[in-house]
Amino acid sequence: MQAEITLTVDGTEHRTTVDTRTTVLDLLRERLGVTSPKKGCDHGQCGSCTVLLDGRRHLTCLALAVAHDGAEVVTAAGLADAADDELHPVQQAFLDHDGLQCGYCTPGQVCSAVGMLDEAKQGHPSHVSDDLEAEPELDDDEIRERMSGNLCRCGAYAGILAAVREAARS
Amino acid sequence: MTELLPDPVPAQAMGTAHLRADGPAKVTGLATYAVEHPADDALHLWLVQSTVARGRVTRIDPGAALAHPGVVAVLDHTNAPRLVADDPETTDPELLVLQDDRVAFRGQIVAAVLAETSDAAREGAALVAVRYDAEPHRVELRDDSPAYAPESVNPDQPTDTDDGDVEAGLAEADVVLDQTYRTAYEHNNPLEPHALVVTWRDDPDGPRVTMVDSTQGVHPVAATLAPMLGLEKDRVRVRAPYVGGGFGSKGLPHAPEMAAVLAARTVPGRAVRMAVTRQQMFALTGYRTATVSHFRLGARADGTLLAIDHQVREQTSALKEYAEQTATPTRMLYAAPHRRTRHRLVELDVAVPSWMRAPGEMPGVYAHEVAMDELAVACGLDPVELRLRNEPEVDPETGKPFSGRRLVECLERGAELFGWAARAPEPRATVDGEWWVGSGVASATYPTMTQAGSQARVQALGSGRYSVAVGAVDIGTGARTVLAQIAADALGVRVDDVDLQIADTDLPMATVAGGSSGTSSWGSAVVAAAQLFRRDHGDDPDAGVHTTASASQSPGMEEYATHAFGAVFAEARVHRYTGEVRVPRLLGVYSVGRVLNPVTARSQLLGGLTMGLSAALFEESYRDPRHGHVVTQDLATYHVASHADVRGIEAVWLDEEDPHVNPMGSRGIGEIGIVGTPAAVANATFHATGVRVREIPVTADRFVD
Repeated sequence: MQAEITLTVDGTEHRTTVDTRTTVLDLLRERLGVTSPKKGCDHGQCGSCTVLLDGRRHLTCLALAVAHDGAEVVTAAGLADAADDELHPVQQAFLDHDGLQCGYCTPGQVCSAVGMLDEAKQGHPSHVSDDLEAEPELDDDEIRERMSGNLCRCGAYAGILAAVREAARS
Repeated sequence: MTELLPDPVPAQAMGTAHLRADGPAKVTGLATYAVEHPADDALHLWLVQSTVARGRVTRIDPGAALAHPGVVAVLDHTNAPRLVADDPETTDPELLVLQDDRVAFRGQIVAAVLAETSDAAREGAALVAVRYDAEPHRVELRDDSPAYAPESVNPDQPTDTDDGDVEAGLAEADVVLDQTYRTAYEHNNPLEPHALVVTWRDDPDGPRVTMVDSTQGVHPVAATLAPMLGLEKDRVRVRAPYVGGGFGSKGLPHAPEMAAVLAARTVPGRAVRMAVTRQQMFALTGYRTATVSHFRLGARADGTLLAIDHQVREQTSALKEYAEQTATPTRMLYAAPHRRTRHRLVELDVAVPSWMRAPGEMPGVYAHEVAMDELAVACGLDPVELRLRNEPEVDPETGKPFSGRRLVECLERGAELFGWAARAPEPRATVDGEWWVGSGVASATYPTMTQAGSQARVQALGSGRYSVAVGAVDIGTGARTVLAQIAADALGVRVDDVDLQIADTDLPMATVAGGSSGTSSWGSAVVAAAQLFRRDHGDDPDAGVHTTASASQSPGMEEYATHAFGAVFAEARVHRYTGEVRVPRLLGVYSVGRVLNPVTARSQLLGGLTMGLSAALFEESYRDPRHGHVVTQDLATYHVASHADVRGIEAVWLDEEDPHVNPMGSRGIGEIGIVGTPAAVANATFHATGVRVREIPVTADRFVD
């Protein structure tokens, strides 16, 4: 079955017909040529495909495109200001703290960090929050826990932690 | 092309912090990995895998697949293009894809579907009907499985070694340790699945293959595939501008790459795109065999080793032999007059094992260093002190002096930084709430190698700028950043004045990014080319002049035993009631020659420590004993360390250079981080609980009654 949907990706609106079984990730990568989100597992296990979907971090390999008609997608490419050649502060922090090696999980890590910082700002607790009502303080344990949906096989977690810590404080 | 013995390079940019050159492209996702490369009108390929472990394919019915909309063709052994297989020197049995009806392991490629979209290719693959004549098979590595001695172990080292008389040494010993240590099957699992885009063109002057591949070596891929395709190497162009990790699995081309090239040959002029799925990677792209190390150590009461006996049993594939060199580090790590090592392989009807980060050193040093911890307990000695007492003056294996062996300083510096002096001598001595707390130590070592054959080209671009080209690959190591630093110092210019080009077989020959040898091998060639360029063209060259050169091996590599060393310290907390293990602190202290870029080097060492922690606690590929395939074939069931698993982690190094190995003074750093770490963690869990676990991963059930 086919369906016509509209998706705005990094500010560009796409009107397209999709098979109703197509994921947002495959639509982005194989149909729209947007390869900033990566496919590492296709099963929602690694986090490489994370984007901001209507403002929240989301695994696009587990999202059916037809279910997100009218949605706005921001990828790591869209976070940077291409016109001014300027990185998002979270991206700059990843660079400054070398929170990456091969780079394949990195766009997902960056989107996840941006989404996570917003969740914390809105007061969302995590599994390691002692007080579920209090404003979360993003200490190292909180950052590690909240970033654990994004695997990094190169083992850049120490740099990622430092980067997110810095971004959280600025 | 000239070969030159390069002079040592004065360090200016080398040794200073430079941020990752390709960092901006990676943090935005604009770096383009293999399967993402644009190609007009590309076809998609999907693999069909065998469901029996051994036998013959009796019939393949492509009818339903071909009837599916979008499916273009089904390749199998009856219609796939033939490969050249008559030269044993160039024929890799693993790469003889779709050449006959034999099935050698479950998961082998038995067909492949070409389609207009990936959806159609995948659906088509599910519709291919394959019938088999199954034969009896052996897939389990058991302690009583028949085993044989291979001619050599990876890459070409002796299978067995004997020095002195081990039995006499053990008879003379006051303390004898006799234990068996096991490591699990492990899969490399780089985050970027193996993938490529390939086009076969029948040009007037002959066939031409162009590939963008996810590989650790573009030149090795071309050199391996070309003869089997009946082509000269220069007819195969391979590029790999960005590679999402490899850890050895992308060090050699594997069967999926050949399948895609064969498919491309059937549709000349049209690109074929293929990404191996995460599940398929567990059968088709290599893995680390399980290992069984039987250790016997004999020592005097003061801990001085008299005898070391390390006998290894591990597994290979009936399709292609691979012999993990597990006992090789035992040959050089400690002094002892009587020493013996053995490797024995059990040949099974299973997928082909291959390189995974620190093959040999990782499982071998794990076993040796847990055995040393047990010996320390038996002798009533501090485990650091036991190691200090067994420090050799020269390399026990070759009798040569070491180019530098500062293991003792690594241990002492690590002990100081870690606060080792405060450690309780007895195990099971510290409780913090519901957690037993302990600490452990292990030595680490990895051979320092420079591979012959790399070349580099230096060309003047005018205005003080230079192009430096070498066909190396940056799989996340930082080569793109570090080679520019080396080139700048060798030319005597700023890093910004170097335009570095890598990752293309159109550029000069470069060896594989493996064996922690990349920077040393490619960097030596860059230095040779730069120094010869200056000799031929001076300090103010005309734009356009260029020089290509390779480096002859540093004489020190023959005169000395060249190894990197390290010491790893770990703190473990083991939950008293659930057995859960956490590692709040992990420290590695390394002696690795000159650290060329502290930013990227620290990341590599931390990455190795992290993967070692992951091996210690989580990684295990479970095999179905009926068919020998891996059932934990995804990242939900094959556990790797996640962010919350990695707590305090630190890598430091001694300030030094190794003048004997290459003109930069550096040793390889890509693998040593994973060596020793599993033992340090395992030893820490013993110290915490008093329970000795002799296999990795060390899982919670081991600590629960």
